[in-house]
Amino acid sequence: MEQTVNAGTRYSTSDEQRFVNCTLSGPVEVYVKAGRIVRIVPLTYGQDDAAAWTMEARGQTFTRPTKASVSCWVQGSKQYVYTKQRLLTPLKRVDFDPDGKRNPQNRGISGYEPISWDDALGIVSKEIIRLKREHGPSSIAVTGSSHDSWGNIGYRMSALDRFWNLVGCTWIDHNPESWEGFFWGAIHQWGFYWRLGQPPAYDLLHDTFQNTDMIVFWSSDPTTTSGDYAWNETDTWRFHMKKLGIKFVFIDPYCNFTAVIGADKWLSPKPGTDTALALAIAFIWMTEHRYDQDYVRTHTEGFDKWKAYVLGEDDGVPKTPQWAEQISGVDARDIIALAREWAGKRTTLAAGGRSGMGHAGRAAYGHEWARMMVLLVAMQGLGKPGVNMYSTTGGAPADWSFYFPGYADGGISGGSSGPRELGPRGFPDKAVHGTVRQRVNRSVFPEAVMNPPVSWTGVYGFYGQSTEQQFMKCTFPFEGYSPIKMLFRQGSSYIGTMMNTNRWVNMYRHPNLEFTVNQTIFNEPEARFSDIVFPVCTNFERVDIGEWARISGYSRHLNPVNARVIVLQQKCIEPLGESKSDYKIFSLLAERLGIKQQFTEGRDELQWAHRMYEVSDLPKVMTWEEFQKKGYYVVPVPKDYKYKPAFRAYYEGRAKENDEWGPSLQDQPVNEGKGMATPSGKIEFESQSLKRFDPNDPERPLVPHYIPSWEGHTTTELLGKYPLQLITPHPRFTFHSQFDGKDLWNDEIPHQRRTKDGYRYWVIRLHPKDAEERGLKDGDLVKVFNDRGTVILIVTVTLRMMAGVVHSYSSGGGYDPMGEPGNPKTPDKGGTINQLTSSRFNSKHASGMGPGSCLVEVQKWEGAH
Amino acid sequence: MARYGMVVNLDRCVGCYNCQIACKDEHVGNDFLPVAKSQPAFGQFWMAIQEVERVVSPSHIRVNYTPVFCQQCRDAPCISAAKDGAVYRRGDGIVIIDPVKAVGQKQLAASCPYGVIFWNEEQQLAQKCTFCAHLLDDGWKEPRCVQTCPAGCLNFGDLDDPASPAAKLLEETRAETWHPEFKAKPNVYYAGLPKPMLSGRVLLADKNEWAENVSVTLTDKAGLKRDCITDAFGDFAFDGLEQKTYTLKLEAPGYAGQSNEIAVNPDISYLGNIVLRR
Repeated sequence: MEQTVNAGTRYSTSDEQRFVNCTLSGPVEVYVKAGRIVRIVPLTYGQDDAAAWTMEARGQTFTRPTKASVSCWVQGSKQYVYTKQRLLTPLKRVDFDPDGKRNPQNRGISGYEPISWDDALGIVSKEIIRLKREHGPSSIAVTGSSHDSWGNIGYRMSALDRFWNLVGCTWIDHNPESWEGFFWGAIHQWGFYWRLGQPPAYDLLHDTFQNTDMIVFWSSDPTTTSGDYAWNETDTWRFHMKKLGIKFVFIDPYCNFTAVIGADKWLSPKPGTDTALALAIAFIWMTEHRYDQDYVRTHTEGFDKWKAYVLGEDDGVPKTPQWAEQISGVDARDIIALAREWAGKRTTLAAGGRSGMGHAGRAAYGHEWARMMVLLVAMQGLGKPGVNMYSTTGGAPADWSFYFPGYADGGISGGSSGPRELGPRGFPDKAVHGTVRQRVNRSVFPEAVMNPPVSWTGVYGFYGQSTEQQFMKCTFPFEGYSPIKMLFRQGSSYIGTMMNTNRWVNMYRHPNLEFTVNQTIFNEPEARFSDIVFPVCTNFERVDIGEWARISGYSRHLNPVNARVIVLQQKCIEPLGESKSDYKIFSLLAERLGIKQQFTEGRDELQWAHRMYEVSDLPKVMTWEEFQKKGYYVVPVPKDYKYKPAFRAYYEGRAKENDEWGPSLQDQPVNEGKGMATPSGKIEFESQSLKRFDPNDPERPLVPHYIPSWEGHTTTELLGKYPLQLITPHPRFTFHSQFDGKDLWNDEIPHQRRTKDGYRYWVIRLHPKDAEERGLKDGDLVKVFNDRGTVILIVTVTLRMMAGVVHSYSSGGGYDPMGEPGNPKTPDKGGTINQLTSSRFNSKHASGMGPGSCLVEVQKWEGAH
Repeated sequence: MARYGMVVNLDRCVGCYNCQIACKDEHVGNDFLPVAKSQPAFGQFWMAIQEVERVVSPSHIRVNYTPVFCQQCRDAPCISAAKDGAVYRRGDGIVIIDPVKAVGQKQLAASCPYGVIFWNEEQQLAQKCTFCAHLLDDGWKEPRCVQTCPAGCLNFGDLDDPASPAAKLLEETRAETWHPEFKAKPNVYYAGLPKPMLSGRVLLADKNEWAENVSVTLTDKAGLKRDCITDAFGDFAFDGLEQKTYTLKLEAPGYAGQSNEIAVNPDISYLGNIVLRR
């Protein structure tokens, strides 16, 4: 950014234009001069905005901040807009000729040439037509990335879904990758399939302030994972909790970022042994009668079965603290102290940020951990004041009677699998539904392309329609449908975020993939494996409409933010270079396929935004002109707001009082309006849904077990070769791969990347003992490797890491192979840590990813020889 | 006239780095003459975060984040080091390096004992935090780093106005200047600067269990007493001590009490497991 503006003698921002936009982590004001962004500032609420809510608890008052907060990477959005890594023209791989040699083997190697939009759209539309003629629409696989640019019109579930459901394609199903354990496990204990296994958080901020004595953060780092899009918004809550005297205990192999500012205690079990720890806690409660026996009797089913396992009556192994110490490395005396403290205080369990977003649930048998988390809080009376499952990243007061949709309500696609509230309001005019029944699980997509057939369980999107959905066995290709010939990728790169990602690289270089398109903002790893690249503009360069942090769908009314802020995302500057919005690109492609009217319904993005305004409750409070001018609306919290904490009605045996769209009536033998969405209507220690599906599955038994990891501290043969356990939690200073590896300002944060010899390396954290054994010191470059890959990283030596375990954040945005791409021996300087993680499923029938189970070795890197 | 200053409440820093990046957002690519020319996009930080790991015990680690930036000193060494009045203090206390007069004055970068003046090679200019004076002059209430701080760590205002957020916090906390030995009289104050700590764990020998509710008393030579009780994990800690010798006393009913002289070191003195016997 060499260019400078605002040279002059008397500076005033009144010479600048001001716009409002909404980002992946909050609403911002954007100052523009001469068509260029000067600054981006988190929104400060004005005098005419809704008044702040306040909460009284234990004689203290808490009120929300007077401004929105954003993440560091959104605060650095100006650099994101103007970085040299932006794609400014459509590109074609130089040795790709759709009418001649395609040279798929050179993807990732050969260079690119700029081509015109006309040529790029021509090639892509011609290929779509050819493939549909020759193989049918199912030969085209499509997916967008999670957490792309904000806005209900441009979001992948809106524009991408509408376009491709009109064209037809095989959708690549995303998995609940951030909380696999809760999806594949917790659902079988407490239902909540419509929340993908996670609990609701209604009013738990207030309940915690009022009633909680202690919070156990188990594989949970809320200041890092926040409530998805809330980012720093919840930090003030935890400061207030500390002020109220609430004790924080952390269980994590890494003394994480929330722990180092708030922990009173940090326990560090070896990865994959959290379930042993949980069992020992249950053992103390059972043997010392330190649990809510009345609640267990009235609110749960099957306790005796689990008790028999915990006490060792069925397998001869009592799950004592000493037994757990042997497995986990956590001092038995600490386990006993924790168990007694937990039972003696009103304790809330934060298992994961939101819930389940820690690495413990994204590992071998991660579902067993999540199941036990539910059962532990059940033993202490889930729903009792102060006793809950709550990550401290949701549950702020909000008025949900004011209607405005979230992105998962489907936007212009009309195809939401959630509460289906937007369609009946007349948005869009005509909904679009894909008719291709073939799907493919993203985790096995490379194999589906390169080496079909391939099988897995669970189908149709985020699988939140019923519990049974996760049991459906699938084999790709589905009968009568085509194998994959073309891949259309929208959004940021998967090479950083999927498991064992040399598979993705090799898939791209495989002849089965005849054609690949990438539609993205940056010249990032996956774009460099595509035949045609469409350059997309950022959310600052187009119009959209959206509510801060509002997901809806499977995350209904989560509310991790202090205020509902609905934003007309104003176009602040013209798209850079020849980049265009996703919506515009789809419109142009639709035109060439003869479906422009069907796609656009005659609307441009501003008209869609206007239409969404019209079907929402905004017209009740603001004219369209006022909304356009001001750019946002803060939904007030009513003065007589009534707190209805999640699970309180269940605890008290009353009818449900929170606004949930699940379970479906079909799943309830009789609609009693209360209870859990399990077959028994109660929390089930022994799972009836698993009993129906596969009662003899040793990898997911009817009551949850400790099962040694398929790759971990007990896989001795592999451990001899690769003695360190690697954990890869969600990153703190980027959002997946979107904000990394692009010459951004957060690259200068030493937890994100560190510079050596002019190159910014991704960080790996080691305990001093492990570093010393390998002759390593802080700031050294190392080769981290196993049979799946080789990554060059920079060492941070820290006592925050337990010995024997190394930590490197998942999903960096770099991929910089120093040799043949896709070869496990080729060192990658870019820091794609997920080259090393296993693509093995959580367990046989649980098709979730398990990056938390990974063995590696670390060696000093002296450079390529 | 105002005396602009900052009170940094370190107990409210979450290490989000928003301040470091908001500073870049404001100053990279933007000239705000006569107050400042643009900051280089990478490698220089008019606002930076410094981190220190502190081990209270092996199972209790803290990170102290410290925002580091121009201390807006009243006895500013950079002003003395400047030629031709290239560095001056405004009436509101903000110290400004004149981006025109200061060209070529590399000695300014070395003159700051806090190390917060950077040498911009390309512009041949020494540069630093300006408290976003160009925005304050335009009616803004606070610099960008303060505006983007999510948790109330950075607090800005007129230190002479008792109603300003900074002055109030200065009054409430025991905020102090950083490195008073530099004798530069900063207008930036820090609350919660790391102080010597004493910590330990208490174990009951007979039960082989952590000892909860043990009464722990710390007395200095002057007889000043502080006390606490051990928690469920047997942990105790005293923060905010001085580097000197204290008497530590442990008492638990039914167990032999202990009393020891402890010389507290400048950082954290962790005593390890203390075993109580009947």
